[in-house]
Amino acid sequence: MAGNIKIRAKTSNGVTTVKSLMSHEMETGLRKDKTTGEPIPAHFIQEVTAKWKDQVVMTAFWSGGVSKNPYLSFKFNGGEKGEAIEITWVDNQGQSETGTAEIS
Amino acid sequence: MIDAKRRTLLKGSLGVSAIGVAVAAGLLTPGTVLANWPKAAFAATDTDAALKDLLGSASTENSDQVKIKAPDIAENGAVVPVTVESDVEGAKSIAIIASGNGTPLIASFDLGADAVPFVSTRIKMAKTADVVAVVQTESGLLSAAKPVKVTIGGCGG
Repeated sequence: MAGNIKIRAKTSNGVTTVKSLMSHEMETGLRKDKTTGEPIPAHFIQEVTAKWKDQVVMTAFWSGGVSKNPYLSFKFNGGEKGEAIEITWVDNQGQSETGTAEIS
Repeated sequence: MIDAKRRTLLKGSLGVSAIGVAVAAGLLTPGTVLANWPKAAFAATDTDAALKDLLGSASTENSDQVKIKAPDIAENGAVVPVTVESDVEGAKSIAIIASGNGTPLIASFDLGADAVPFVSTRIKMAKTADVVAVVQTESGLLSAAKPVKVTIGGCGG
């Protein structure tokens, strides 16, 4: 449970491009602790929801196969400067985080 | 006085935070949302089974309407940038698959009405293999593959 979600959203020619960076360890559950040999429990983001003006533009379902500190970029039609983008993730341990940004 | 209060607040919030967040997540996100997480598809150990579980079919058609961008050689399999783009009308979802991984399905993106069929992310690859992108449309599944040579695997330790 660390950090926040960095979001940058830019609109150009009627299409908004969103880039985001989440802070998460993304453990697959397959790795072992090198010193103790104990398996490291799975801990990864399972679901990411992106909203624009309270409307869901994209839902992502992830496995532990997404890299640590995930990067996600997507695009949607529409979007005006100053409108809000909201990104929420939920992981397999029930933790969650939400970040918002304004379109520039 | 103020200081003392602040102490309690800090203490209180620290103690509860882990549980609080878990509860909040459980309460705030409707149960149906998490139930949507395609568990069987992510657990599948081969690409066909994953696709069948995820999209109901494993019959994909290679299409130049699906574009996948990934490096030819990934020095670090733990971080392989992948971008999938399509110009097909009415794309409903995009799946990213690392066919050489123990559980090949990496991610599935459900596209909303306004979404442009474009996603870019970074994935882990266990070994040299094809990265496959599958775009779900009204008329079927379109796919594209890109071989990526991995010098150091990104799964396992």
